[in-house]
Amino acid sequence: MTQTVSRPAGAHQVPLPLDVEAIRADFPILTRTVRDGKRLVYLDSGATSQKPRSVLDAERWFYENVNAAPHRGAHQLAEEATAAYEAARATIGAFLGAPENEIVFTRNSTESINLVAYALSNAATAKEPEFRRYAVGQGDEIVVTEMEHHANLLPWQQLCERTGATLRWLGLTDDGRLDLSDLDTVVNERTKLVAVTQQSNILGTINPLGGIIARAHEVGALVLVDGAQSVPHQKVDVTELGADFLVFSGHKMLGPTGVGVLWGRYDVLDALPPFLTGGSMIEVVRMEGSTFAAPPQRFEAGVPMSAQVIGLAAAADYLTALGMDRVQQHEEVLTGYALEQLQAIPGVTVIGPPDTVARGGAISFTVDGVHPHDVGQVLDDLGIAVRVGHHCAWPVVRRYGVPATTRATFYVHTGYDDVDALVEGVREAQRFFGVVPAVTEGGTN
Amino acid sequence: MQLQSMYQDIILDHYRNPHGRGLRDPFEAEVHHVNPTCGDEVTMRVHLDGDTIADVSYEGQGCSISQASVSAMYDLVIGKSVTEALGTGEHFMTLMQSKGDAAVAEGLEDELEDAIAFAGVSKYPARVKCALMSWMALKDASARALSTSSEAN
Repeated sequence: MTQTVSRPAGAHQVPLPLDVEAIRADFPILTRTVRDGKRLVYLDSGATSQKPRSVLDAERWFYENVNAAPHRGAHQLAEEATAAYEAARATIGAFLGAPENEIVFTRNSTESINLVAYALSNAATAKEPEFRRYAVGQGDEIVVTEMEHHANLLPWQQLCERTGATLRWLGLTDDGRLDLSDLDTVVNERTKLVAVTQQSNILGTINPLGGIIARAHEVGALVLVDGAQSVPHQKVDVTELGADFLVFSGHKMLGPTGVGVLWGRYDVLDALPPFLTGGSMIEVVRMEGSTFAAPPQRFEAGVPMSAQVIGLAAAADYLTALGMDRVQQHEEVLTGYALEQLQAIPGVTVIGPPDTVARGGAISFTVDGVHPHDVGQVLDDLGIAVRVGHHCAWPVVRRYGVPATTRATFYVHTGYDDVDALVEGVREAQRFFGVVPAVTEGGTN
Repeated sequence: MQLQSMYQDIILDHYRNPHGRGLRDPFEAEVHHVNPTCGDEVTMRVHLDGDTIADVSYEGQGCSISQASVSAMYDLVIGKSVTEALGTGEHFMTLMQSKGDAAVAEGLEDELEDAIAFAGVSKYPARVKCALMSWMALKDASARALSTSSEAN
């Protein structure tokens, strides 16, 4: 089950946990070529993942067979569409170890986070006393970390600006981890919510959430976990996690664009006022005022993205069939290999943990003398798709004193040949820009 | 390999040995422009003598295309009137929108001098913004400089 095309002599290599060739055959886009006939080496799953045929088929099945607006109408198609939509909710619930009434479908992680942030400020002005329990206002504090994606930062900055609450944050250590030395002062009795990522989209760091969640709950704060980069890549069970909210996007876990998930503990969801209002989230509507449906419908205003939800369930099924533990092991092996190979190139610096301890398959790096944009351009010319820039985590690149990075991210179809192509591409970028450092004794930096 | 069509030697020369780099006095306007998708940055000062661009000084960081573009622009605009310089900027914009059309580049060769080397960039939509950033900064800074000097008069 080795998929190696070429590798440097003596490189550490073990058989990969997943059968990459068989998996690649499931992804139609991987058969196309780019930039004059080159094999597509897709190392940008962290931005958005490619889709297996079963996901595409599920969406097509919905439109060709049962398309109707779920939870509306009494005709047969409406019944079948509703059944399919709710079955998908059950599938996602099972994927997370959660009851289905705790699963809210949104557009993506960004919308899920905004939903919670707006619900917390709406709570302050809710006419219903039962919706004011988690209200955020002056004197309250919201805690984030310096590692957050903009999607888990700006909604909280804005919440604080709307309500007069104060935003506080946990910093980072030089080796790319959360600095928890001041956890007990940053998270205190004024804290209403802690928002933290499970895995950094830029550093790859997997955060030790247990201690943070325990501290937050000790002071009565809610915890929202950004799972956009973790749920696609590792087994996440919400009971084990112990947080109050978990958000993620479908398109990063082999699913369609336009669908995401907010998981919330039912008693917390039930105490929150709505964010978006309109059709289907109501109980009784009168001209003088309205009451709202119970969760999850309370948070799903308007005709939902039904086909995408069905596609997302197919993606969860695909990942479950592979086994999330094996997905994680697969990426860990590749990450270890890539870290070793990249860090052996003089002039290459990995931004983030240098080894696979508590680390996922997102590797950001810089190349001395070659701007990340230019590294990305050379890689693109070789058919290798990576992300360049600040990765929607500008405070992180600022923290590490670099203008931007090049980032490679791995997934189920990634093999040793992809990593080898990346490593060779980085060397090519150095040659092209004339910055090949002299080879030092031992060949490493 | 198509890379050479983008990274002409002229571009790499400007990148490695930028012309006119550094912030200088006097100046009538200073602007800071960023390319938010990738973090390229330029801080630019414009000094006018009447309506003639007497100096453009700048500091910046970013990819080879963004930094070479500001250097090539410096060579093109010093000594020109603001109107002429911005006209050249319009032509550079036309080049950047040409999607690699050689006929467009040929027609602009005399006017754009070294900046014609950026024709290859127009084939890469993601990089066009990098090349245009300095020209956007110049447009902004010279407009501010003009309004500053008209106030002073």
